[in-house]
This record gives sequence, structure tokens and C-alpha cells, in this order.
Amino acid sequence: MEETANPKQRPDRLGEVVEASTDHFMVHCYELYGAPPLGALVRCGAEGPVYGVVGEVATTSIDPGRRPIARGRDEDTEEDIYRNNPQLSRLLRTEFRALVVGHALDGETMRFLAPRPPRIHAFVYSCGADESQAFTSSLDFLTILLSAPVPSPDDVAASFVRQASLCHPDPHGFLVEAGRELAVLLGRDTLRLSGILRRLSP
Amino acid sequence: MNDSPGQEGRLGVVVKGSLTDGLRVRLDRGVNVEDVRVGRYVTARGKLLRFFAVVSNVSLETSDAYMSAAPPDVSDPFIAEALLGTAAFGALDVEPVLALSNDPLALVEGPQPAKTIPPHFSPVHLASEDDVRLVFGEEDERHFWIGSPLDMETRLCLDVPEFVMRSNGVFGKSGTGKTFLTRLLLAGILQSGAASNLVFDMQSEYGWKGYSEDSREVKGLKQLFPSRVAVFSLDEESSRRRGLTPDYVVRVGLDEVEPEDVQLLRESLSLSDVAADAAYSLQRHFGKSWLAHFLEHPTGDAFRDLAGALSVNERALSTLKNRLSRLKRLKFMDKGSGHDSVGRILQYLDRGMHVVLEFGRYGSDTAAYVLVANLLTRRIYERYQRESEEAMGDEARKPRPLVITIEEAHKFLNPGVASQTTFGAIAREMRKYNVTLLVVDQRPSGIDDEVMSQLGTKLTCLLDNEKDLDAVMTGVSGSRRLRSVLARLESKRQALVFGHAVPMPVVIETREYGSAESYRELGFRDAAELRAQVERETDELFGPDD
Repeated sequence: MEETANPKQRPDRLGEVVEASTDHFMVHCYELYGAPPLGALVRCGAEGPVYGVVGEVATTSIDPGRRPIARGRDEDTEEDIYRNNPQLSRLLRTEFRALVVGHALDGETMRFLAPRPPRIHAFVYSCGADESQAFTSSLDFLTILLSAPVPSPDDVAASFVRQASLCHPDPHGFLVEAGRELAVLLGRDTLRLSGILRRLSP
Repeated sequence: MNDSPGQEGRLGVVVKGSLTDGLRVRLDRGVNVEDVRVGRYVTARGKLLRFFAVVSNVSLETSDAYMSAAPPDVSDPFIAEALLGTAAFGALDVEPVLALSNDPLALVEGPQPAKTIPPHFSPVHLASEDDVRLVFGEEDERHFWIGSPLDMETRLCLDVPEFVMRSNGVFGKSGTGKTFLTRLLLAGILQSGAASNLVFDMQSEYGWKGYSEDSREVKGLKQLFPSRVAVFSLDEESSRRRGLTPDYVVRVGLDEVEPEDVQLLRESLSLSDVAADAAYSLQRHFGKSWLAHFLEHPTGDAFRDLAGALSVNERALSTLKNRLSRLKRLKFMDKGSGHDSVGRILQYLDRGMHVVLEFGRYGSDTAAYVLVANLLTRRIYERYQRESEEAMGDEARKPRPLVITIEEAHKFLNPGVASQTTFGAIAREMRKYNVTLLVVDQRPSGIDDEVMSQLGTKLTCLLDNEKDLDAVMTGVSGSRRLRSVLARLESKRQALVFGHAVPMPVVIETREYGSAESYRELGFRDAAELRAQVERETDELFGPDD
């Protein structure tokens, strides 16, 4: 999988936008299986960037008409399959859907939808600890995640909060603060709230 | 998170409410419901007004009804921390009573009754010591310190001149501290000089030595204020046994008893209406000395003739005679009519003294208590009435206000007799003649509604009988919510005070009475201190001895 490595590519660059709307964008990863984990914070574009949270990750065949076939009958390990079929990295692709949770405007971080979606082929970067910490200094945008049109928004929100907590000097304090915010947002839905809090519980 | 209540005593915010139903306050996250007790005194800060309110209920709420059906697992501290104060929270019902404008000029007028409510999300705080002083006044000649608001150290004061202007009541189950509270009120009236006291001291506990619930001896008024209190006694032996030489031993002549007194005795002597009413006929028949004549009237034919002459059933008349002859056995009663007990009492009162009438052993005899209290009060009241009418329009000539304290008040003021007795008249006519009552009772439901509604200030210790609660609360605004406060008072040293002399209802922890310190606070100096003071003053006058 090292054949796609490009000296111009920064290590935090993950891929490019291949589909975009105001509430989400699809990113094609440069590397097969190179998507960040569910709930990770990513940034799209360098100037006036749009922030997204990974809400869905999928690896599929490039040609929707051609499903991959099993190839490992005579191989010892999974790795051997890829080694002996180098074309696979060209025939398969990894994509992820990022849910738009904010953007930057005139140097200020806004935690709601951007006025315009990112452009196709815009570069997408993973966010470092400092950037994540700064973005999650307020949790106003949690409501976007909870109502996102993805298979399990609660898992996305919980993973996001757990990952973000690691960027804060007091991870437990951050988790509790987020738990309270969720309790307010989901106050009318005890079952959902309990479920999400259990996922967050350290 | 755990510094409950929150910053500067902040409890929460007003989330809904109305003037008639009170305000709903959602508690802030860090505030524990267990820290806020019913009866606590709080303020709500609106935009233009600051409201003073009383906590009338504390409740637990959840944002989703399902949460009470399937409580989340709070054994996980993380889940507990996230949910408590957010999706599951505490709430208060508070009763806004007074409002004070933020305008500095309004401070002069002081707080006014609340006629509106604070807007949505106004912050609610625990009342500060300054708030209490602002509302209830500072301790001074007019304001007597009776206790502290719940959970506070501030001295809460009663406006004594306002207090004595109307008849008042002290209620509570037996053993809840009525007597201690009454003793304090009497001391307050005495100190302020706003009125004279006349106390019908049934159990001999106000004048000279009383006992607390734990049998500790406490001082009576005469011991604290020897030069201003006179103790009269019906039972000299009992007084002397307790180490007191009464200022006057009261005697009552049979001639002083009137048919009205017999009406009052109906219950304690188990007299029928017919028998009690016969007293009026007897008085018409025999004149002033009717009772003495009647009790000595021969039996047999003569008695039958008397019944005939009065057109009263003979058996009823005979019962009346039997029952009334009990009065003759009371040692303080005699045939004479020349006793001047009333005159002596008035003499003392005129001199600005306070009179406590001890009943000694007769305290346990309800008939004796009712008879003497009513008989003396009637004549004292007649004097006051006459003097007040003569002084109409001339304030200076008006007699000094008098507060008459009666215990077991329902005996005098029950619906059956309240309309006929002097006590009923005093309670109804209020301050017209400068005589008011301080009614002490454990069964307020036994007192006539009309009288209850005329009471200016009520100080109520714990009551748990529904009828008694109803009776005390009759005609009080917000009574439904105050009831819950009243029913949850602690069984000792706590009282709900509401009415004329306090600007808003308040639960107090009664001021301590019984320790050397408490006596000193009331102005008492023991012998050693007095001696030291005399020596100091002598030295100042004549120079120290060499």
C-alpha cells in the first residue's frame, strides 16, 4: 500500500472531497483503509476551512458492477492476499462521509453549518490535538451529530466525544461536561440518553 | 459542583408561575434539594423589583416521564454526574410575598405587598441577613427580637406597637413551645412599653419560675423585671411554697358573679342551656346578690315555689344549684362583695406595671379559671371602655393599651359563647378601647371563626390536626401553601409567624430563653452585677473609697 505515497503529500492529508453538500462531504482516501476512525474531527480546505466529523466509513469496489471475489484459499495470511494481488489497491477504494459541524470565518471558529459546501477535490486533513481541543472548547454543535442522517448518530457522537476528551488536559472533566450537554439535548428521550452515556462512561 | 447552594447563595431561576399559585424555581445544577427547606426565605431578582418569598414546597423533576419508570443506572458515577441537575433536577415552589423597587428612593417606603411576579428566568437567591433586616426591621425599641429565620443567624424582629394594636394568637400542640414563645412576647411587650400586660396564668409559669420541657427551671417575668411586674395570686399557699410573696392575694365575692359567667361555665359544669339561662331569671328575682341568695335558698317547698316564680323547670334549677355550689368551695370565693381585686389590678396597670395572676392549684380547675378570668376581664374592660369613650378625640387621655393573655382560649371563645363573653367582644372590636387579647391555645379549631379571623398576628407552633390547621389558616392568602410549611415545623422551638405585625409570613427558630445569657439579653442583671453597678455609680458620685 506504499505505492500511492507521494512526497508532496503532508502526512495529515487524508484524501479529497468527491461529493459535497452543505451538511456533509464524501472523502476519497488516498490510501486503501486510510480513513480516520468514526467520530474523528477532520478539516477540509486551507482557507475558510470546513470542519467535519467522520460519520460513516466504507471500503467498496471502484466499479459498482464488479464485486470483489474471495482470493485467499491458498494463502496463509490476509496480508499475503494483498501482496500477491497488488492490483487490489487500485480496484478498491476507501471513502468516508464527514458531517459538517462548523467552519472558520475570519479566523473565528463557528460551530454550525458553513454557508457553502467544500469544493470537489478539496484536500481533507486530520485535525491535530490542539485543533481538536480548540474546536471542542464549546459543544454547541453536538445537536448536529445527534440528528445526522447516518446509520448510528449516537455512536458517532459518543466516539467523537471520547476522542475529543483525549485532547483535553482533563479528559474526565470533559466527558462529564459533554455528558451533561447530552443530558440536556436528549432530556426527553431517556433510552437514547442512557445508551449514549453508557458508551461514554470511562 | 458540590458547593451547594451556589455562588452567593444562588439557588436557581424562575421558570414559571403566577401570583395566585406562586413561582416555580428550577434549582441550579450544583444545588442539592436537601439544602433547601420549606419555610426558607428567598429573594427573586426581577428587572425592576426585588421579590421576597417563602419556600412552600420542594420537589424532584425529570425532563422525561420515562425516566421515573426506568431510572438510569446512577451507580455509575459518570452517569450520575451527567444526569443529576440536568435531566433530573430539583425544583421549588415559592410564594412571593413582598416586592421592593430597585429604585433607591423606594427603600424609604420599604417592601410592599407583591402585586406582580418576577419575569421568566429571574435568578433566585437565599435571602441574606441584610434582606431579613430590610424586611423585618432592626432590633430597637419598637422591634423585639423573637427568633431567627430558619437556617439563619439574623435576629428577626416583631413590630411590638403594631402587634399590640390587635388581638393575637399563639397556637400549637402541647409541648411545642407555646409557653416559651408567649413568655418572650410578654417580655417584648414589657420592654417596648407599648402596652401593659395582664396575664391569667393558669399553670403559674409566667410570673415566677416556670419549667421547660426537660424540667429545667426558668425565670418568670417577675424575676427578670422585678420593679415592673406584680404577681397576684389566687392561691397564696402555692405561691409561697414556690418562694414568691405575691403582691396581692385576689379574692372574689359571690356577688361579683353574673349570669354571663354562668353561661361560660356551661361546659365545665355540664349545665344544660335551660339551667344556665335560669341564672338570668335568678338575677332578676334576687338582684345583685342573686348567687348567694340562691345557694342558700331552702330546699323543699320553698325551692319549688322559687322554680314556679321563675317559671323554670325545678330539676334544672336544682341542678344549677348543685353545680354552682361548687363555687362556694373555692377558697378564694366568699360571700362578701367588697373585694377590690379589679381596682387593685387597675391601680397597678395605671402605674404602667404588668400584672400576672397566678391560679396556683386552681389552674387545674377549668371552671375556676374561666370564672375568674371572665369576671375580672369584664370589669376591667368596662373601665377601659368608659375611659376610652370619655377620651374620644383626645389621644392623651386614652388609657394605656392593655394586652390580656388567656390560656385555653377555646373555653372563652368557642362558637357557643364567643358572641356573649367579654373576650369575644374584645377580640371582635379590636383596638377600639385599647384592650386586646393574646390568645394561647392548643386547639384553635375550638375557637369561633369570627374571632380567629380578627386575630392580627398568629404565631403558630406545630399543629397536625387538620381542623386546627384549617382554623389557623382561615382567611389567610396563600393558605394552602403555608399549610404545608406549618404541618412540617419541628416539634420544638419553631413557629410560623404571620399577620399584622410581620410584613410577611416567616418560620422562626424561637429565641433562646432560659440561659443566663438569654436573661442578660433581655436586660436582666443578677445580684452580683447589680451590686457592682451600684458600687460603680457610688464611686462615680462620691469618689472611690480609700
